[in-house]
Amino acid sequence: MPAHSKPDWPKPDWPKVRLHVVTGKGGTGKSTVAAALALALASHGNQVLLCEVEGRQGIARMFDVDPLPYEERQIATGLTVSGAPRAPGSVYALHIDPESALMDYLSMFYRLGRAGRALDRFGVTEFATTIAPGVRDVLLTGKVYEVARRDGSRNKGRRYDAIVLDAPPTGRIAQFLGVNQELAGLAKVGPVRNQADSIMTLLRSERTAVHLVTVLEEMPVQETADGLDQLRKAGLPVGGVVVNLVRRGDLEADDLAAARAGTLDIAAIAADLKGAGVEIDAEDPFVEALADEARDHAERRGLEDTQRALIEDLGVPTYELPRLATGVDLGALYELAAALKVQGMA
Amino acid sequence: MTAKKTGKRAGGKLPRQGTTRSRTRVGPLAGTPHVAPTLDIDALLDDCGTEIIVCCGAGGVGKTTTSAALALRAAERGRRVVVLTIDPARRLAQSMGVEKLDNTPRQVQGAKWARGFGGAKGGEAPHLYAMMLDMKRTFDEVVLSGSNPQKAQQILSNPFYIALSSSFAGTQEYMAMEKLGQLYRQAQADGSYDLIVVDTPPSRSALDFLDAPERLSSFLDGRFIRLLIAPARGPARLMTAGLGLFTAALNKILGAAFLTDVQTFIAALDTLFGGFRVRAEKTFALLQADGTAFLVIAAPEPDALREAAYFVERLGEDQMPLAGLVVNRASPAPPGKLSADEAMTAATRLTRRTRGKASAARTAGLLHLHADRTRLVEREAQLRRRFAAAHPDVPTVVVPALSTDVHDLAGLRRIGALLAEG
Repeated sequence: MPAHSKPDWPKPDWPKVRLHVVTGKGGTGKSTVAAALALALASHGNQVLLCEVEGRQGIARMFDVDPLPYEERQIATGLTVSGAPRAPGSVYALHIDPESALMDYLSMFYRLGRAGRALDRFGVTEFATTIAPGVRDVLLTGKVYEVARRDGSRNKGRRYDAIVLDAPPTGRIAQFLGVNQELAGLAKVGPVRNQADSIMTLLRSERTAVHLVTVLEEMPVQETADGLDQLRKAGLPVGGVVVNLVRRGDLEADDLAAARAGTLDIAAIAADLKGAGVEIDAEDPFVEALADEARDHAERRGLEDTQRALIEDLGVPTYELPRLATGVDLGALYELAAALKVQGMA
Repeated sequence: MTAKKTGKRAGGKLPRQGTTRSRTRVGPLAGTPHVAPTLDIDALLDDCGTEIIVCCGAGGVGKTTTSAALALRAAERGRRVVVLTIDPARRLAQSMGVEKLDNTPRQVQGAKWARGFGGAKGGEAPHLYAMMLDMKRTFDEVVLSGSNPQKAQQILSNPFYIALSSSFAGTQEYMAMEKLGQLYRQAQADGSYDLIVVDTPPSRSALDFLDAPERLSSFLDGRFIRLLIAPARGPARLMTAGLGLFTAALNKILGAAFLTDVQTFIAALDTLFGGFRVRAEKTFALLQADGTAFLVIAAPEPDALREAAYFVERLGEDQMPLAGLVVNRASPAPPGKLSADEAMTAATRLTRRTRGKASAARTAGLLHLHADRTRLVEREAQLRRRFAAAHPDVPTVVVPALSTDVHDLAGLRRIGALLAEG
């Protein structure tokens, strides 16, 4: 693991936040961003928990470890920051599945014992976790809440400095986080009501931030704007917007303009290529083709700039992550973590 | 670039000597490049035996756009089409000239006959309707049509029903099945459509759509539900050991009032759900029938293709007719024969030799772009080859990425043409 040397790491933008919820439209890379954020938060000796709730075992794949059980497992060391006073902390991972969460929940809050097993015999487990709409979300958010409220006292389990939740996609996020609100509306009194109220209190407090991941395309940006509105309406705290898969700025603005207008100096490019040892003929179509590629790129960059302006208008902190042509492996996660840290997200 | 070309190119590269083919072996030999058969979209759309096309796949792969493009192309080639979308972006509705899609199919204006079609239709416009699933409305309709007005009102105003029908996850899958069944029955009865194109919900697990009927059945046959409605039916038979513990546990967790609310709700829905389940099972059978074609939609990304593989296998298990795989958003092949490594080497050399010269920086930038694109295309081709090796019989079509989003029917038509080109 490389040490990322950067003279000045900015102050983190979210010092009060303990629970980072990461959402995004499908295909924007929210799981990657959640993992990178966890690594970045785990620098400076912090212990961080990365949770997934959608049953995809994405964390295990990204970190190249065996499929995760319903148990907190140490999976990686945080980002190393050169010149930091403290060594990096650890990233733990937790795969939350609704069945285990239900049993956990019952034994923890109600000490049901024999009655808990009776529930199973009557098919309640199956009912609650797969059939009854909404109950899954109650169980999943409940477990996240349990981890987040730990204060380090003996019998409550490990306390984390930060928790990163790889959450359901933007289209469902307000519903997912607000499910306890619905529940509180149904259960007027009793322990379920109390639990639901406490969860909503945490989720609406300044200890929570919901970050949205997007890419610079129309539909994901539109969905991000819609998601922000929904979160705000639901009284949930909006964090930052992470713009993922940003194309590298290989060309300067005037070159981009020339590429778009089709006025790149073909002869000069051909001469440069020859000088660099690329074997081309006099009127090689390859040079024209390179210019075509550049025009394509310039057009996309133009569209991206339009979307970037829209994102800036959203009025929340934004962070950018580069598109990596070779895909994301463990090393790449650390690179992305460093990029988030440099921009102050962690 | 098509899957076919990629396969051929790979075939040329790999050494063949020393490999002997075993006839008894199941699946392709490791390392043997497989050319996926090409998916013929027009043959699928033009076949009057195709009554339902279901587009499924992970979120963010262009499922909704593909559904709309298929529907438009089919209509312009003479089919009578309705497309059921689940959650389209507003732009997609606008691209079909419908300001706001709702639970009733709306006619899409501006479709025009494809070359060679429509001659026999006597000046009629292509028959294309679009609608968007409104899960609450659909659920309400089920309630209203399945019970007397008084009982229906009782259900509609139950707080548990309101939460269930409008905001809880999972309802969408049930309602998508219900709506598909409704559309099909209507089409059979009055001939309003002869092709239904369905876009599936963006489920956390893409399988929820298929699981809906089975879940509903186990919900209704489950011991839990029988216990819940037992008081309304006379509980004597169910007074088994453990029931006391059971209700005690539930009351402890939920509070007695909550349980009573649920019981009232379930009892009220009981008769209704019966008919609901019968219809869901019929829809499931309909999906297995020959007139249905499933298209798995993916993007050339590891996650999306993994989900697609899962889907292909799951459809096989459930004996659902799979028509093929659509790989959207493929990066177009870069021109020339310069490899990524060669381009990077040249760029480095150029930068070193001509430090600070603007034109050289520009050329180096162009080489970087070329290298990135080449790598991306290689990676995507590799992912598709792996998929084809594991699922050699799945017909595939690869659709190149467009640089802009779709804004109008012309854009959808263009995607339809790309789908058909193979």
